[in-house]
Amino acid sequence: MIDPILEMRRVSKSFFSIKALRGVDLTVYPGEIHALMGENGAGKSTLMKILSGAYRPDPGGEIRIEGKPVHFNGPHAGRAAGISIIYQELSLAPNLSVAQNIYLGREVSRFGVLAREAMEAGVGPILERLGADFAPSTLVAGLSMGQRQLVEIARALHARSKILIMDEPTTALSAGESERLFGLIRRLRAEGLAIIYISHRMDEVYALGDRVTVLRDGTLVGSLDKPEIRADTIVRLMVGRDVSSFYKKEHDPSAVHGAPVLAAVDIADGRRVKGCSLTVHAGEVVGLAGLVGAGRTELAHLIIGAAAKTAGHVEIEGHSVDIGTPGEALEAGIAYLTEDRKALGLFLDMSCLDNINLAVLGRDARLGGILDRDKARDRARKAFAALGIRAADIRVAAGSLSGGNQQKVLLSRLLATTPKVLILDEPTRGVDVGAKSEIYSIIDNLAKAGTAVLVISSDLPEIIGICDRVIVMRAGLIAGEIKRTATAPLDQEQIMALATGMEQLDA
Amino acid sequence: MPDDGASAKAAAAPGLVAAQETRRQRTRLLIRSAGMLPVLVLLCIGFHLLSDGRFFTAQNLGIVVQQAAVNTVLAAGMTFVILTGGIDLSVGSILAASAMAGLIISKFPDLGALWLPAAVLTGALFGILNGGFIALLRLPPFIVTLGSLTAVRGVARLLGADTTVFNSEIPYAFIGNGSLTLIPGVLSIPWLWVIALLVIVVAWLVLRRTVLGVHIYAVGGNESAARLAGIKVWAVLLFVYGVSGLLAGLGGAMQAARLYAANGLQLGQSYELDAITAVILGGTSFVGGIGSIWGTLVGALIIAVLSNGLILTGVSDVWQYVIKGLVIIGAVALDRYRLQGSART
Repeated sequence: MIDPILEMRRVSKSFFSIKALRGVDLTVYPGEIHALMGENGAGKSTLMKILSGAYRPDPGGEIRIEGKPVHFNGPHAGRAAGISIIYQELSLAPNLSVAQNIYLGREVSRFGVLAREAMEAGVGPILERLGADFAPSTLVAGLSMGQRQLVEIARALHARSKILIMDEPTTALSAGESERLFGLIRRLRAEGLAIIYISHRMDEVYALGDRVTVLRDGTLVGSLDKPEIRADTIVRLMVGRDVSSFYKKEHDPSAVHGAPVLAAVDIADGRRVKGCSLTVHAGEVVGLAGLVGAGRTELAHLIIGAAAKTAGHVEIEGHSVDIGTPGEALEAGIAYLTEDRKALGLFLDMSCLDNINLAVLGRDARLGGILDRDKARDRARKAFAALGIRAADIRVAAGSLSGGNQQKVLLSRLLATTPKVLILDEPTRGVDVGAKSEIYSIIDNLAKAGTAVLVISSDLPEIIGICDRVIVMRAGLIAGEIKRTATAPLDQEQIMALATGMEQLDA
Repeated sequence: MPDDGASAKAAAAPGLVAAQETRRQRTRLLIRSAGMLPVLVLLCIGFHLLSDGRFFTAQNLGIVVQQAAVNTVLAAGMTFVILTGGIDLSVGSILAASAMAGLIISKFPDLGALWLPAAVLTGALFGILNGGFIALLRLPPFIVTLGSLTAVRGVARLLGADTTVFNSEIPYAFIGNGSLTLIPGVLSIPWLWVIALLVIVVAWLVLRRTVLGVHIYAVGGNESAARLAGIKVWAVLLFVYGVSGLLAGLGGAMQAARLYAANGLQLGQSYELDAITAVILGGTSFVGGIGSIWGTLVGALIIAVLSNGLILTGVSDVWQYVIKGLVIIGAVALDRYRLQGSART
């Protein structure tokens, strides 16, 4: 048996009265890819910050690297001890060259003058080893997200790190870039590096993980070895209860027939979306699956007029409608829930009241523009009750709510327009487990009431749990469609095969 | 059973926390809306004591509000603009051009009475031009209005062939120098201040009681989200710059009526700075989305009280500049500090 490179024993961390981590034991061996999973708020980032040295753990725990106890006392102590972390938001300076970024903070100089050539020469072999197709002197600003990730990895290797922690590294990558990254990670594993891979995505954990550790509410709830890695087991560990009760699906898809409510025909933008058609019927929940970068959000933006189409058109209840702005989409009966609720959805400084009523203020107004404040208050109170929004008052700023409650406020705004079609882009991203289950129940109720729902999601168990039909996108095209039948439930492997373009997963 | 006691306590806790949270939010709201009012009150009392009781006299208060009036009107327009996250540097120049246009019209025997709407509309026209460049061509507000600060100043000088235009017979001169008598012999308010207060009240109604008002806050709070929520962002921007120009035009009319004259070169020089200062003193966030028109009113009064008080107490002209600048920085720093304090507890 090889000796572990990293051992964490009874590591806890509390902030005032809140325990973010409770007695976590984690063992990582060299040459393994250790997947770390858990909901948002489960303690993954706290654990990471402890390993980087940014947080000091509570007394009583112990961290050993190669058997030797270590005490980190500063944000860079982790790096000095051989731990490199690649954050979701890459920490590169785009205005500097690749070599300058890799040497950042440890620049080589001669008499105070930067030794640019020496630094570039030092970086060259590492980039070669990683199979990089760019020179050390290239400016980072000109690199793609995938190439930037490579620079981050090169920085870690250059610092002679033995443990590499990657936090959702594929979020900003295209399918091809992700595949290349996986290949590279496997190679680094073969070279003996220990890799802690944090991800929400089941397919990545399947493809890469030698072991999976699941955190929930700051507690380590289980570690699975390769043969035991299965979606339902992982979801059960993450959620803490059986999956069947987690997803609510009572609406009856067999009642769906007739003409579709939404039909998108040959939609294209000339770049990311290359001619996509899809239909959604009343009372139906359709999933739109695919890898990040497949063009799902872009397709949704084209349908609602948030981006300009170069081809195709949209039909509502069989009639072609001309949609050029999101406002026109709302008028046509299509409401869209953005995947990025803080940047594109909510007004964080405004009250829940205003956030909920924003889209229908004009319709409710008297004399062509005077606010009907009674109606607005009434609507907000009803939305609070109907969706179970937990906040002290409807006048509280939306930004002060938790992720799940924010999502419900945003959803309330869309529902206020009584849409015929609801497009939900990653509806449970950044939402805690309880609110997730509630959102599934809201979606189910909407379908029961006859709304046509299109759910874009990267969370396959979620798609399988709530959808009647799944449309899979790959590289800007519709790769296929899978329908749930009474005898055959939706199959994760089948969806992944369509999404990646592979017949079989190398699981 | 001990277990039951614990769970009952746990159940009661969230309710208690929620109640505390509500109270805290209310206090914060109160502090926020009260804003700089305490500073204004303290300044007034301080100057009253330092000037041996010459501040709180009917005559002096009349002078203070008369001096505050034009800046209050400009700052009201500026509040609309800054709430959307923009800035309007051109209001001083627009004020000059509008006053010139008004005075020139007033000299035509048949059109004379139309000088007032002419001035206001001239302002609105320049404002809409600003708004067009910003909303439709998507140019940065700072650049556009910096350009019109210079260009419109040039137009103002052109209008009068670079001379001062006089008209001692200008119609409606009472709005510049007359007072509205409320109680004969006891209480009267300068018409300039009546206009300024009307502007503030109308601005408040628009911001707080209309759909457009909510859309203005929304565009300032998060422009991308506003666009995705179906708000016509371009229309909102066109409106706010149009309003800022229109109110600068009204300010020009007020100045013209007060002076019976206008000079394209000198009138309204650096008025935009006082207007921006009033808005910022009033607690409106420079990045947009947060703020109130009442704060702007208080801010404009603080500036006027400072000028007046420093003259009453005999501070030299040079030192007045230094003290005014420091008080502005200090007041805003105090405001920030209080807000932070309330957020932390």
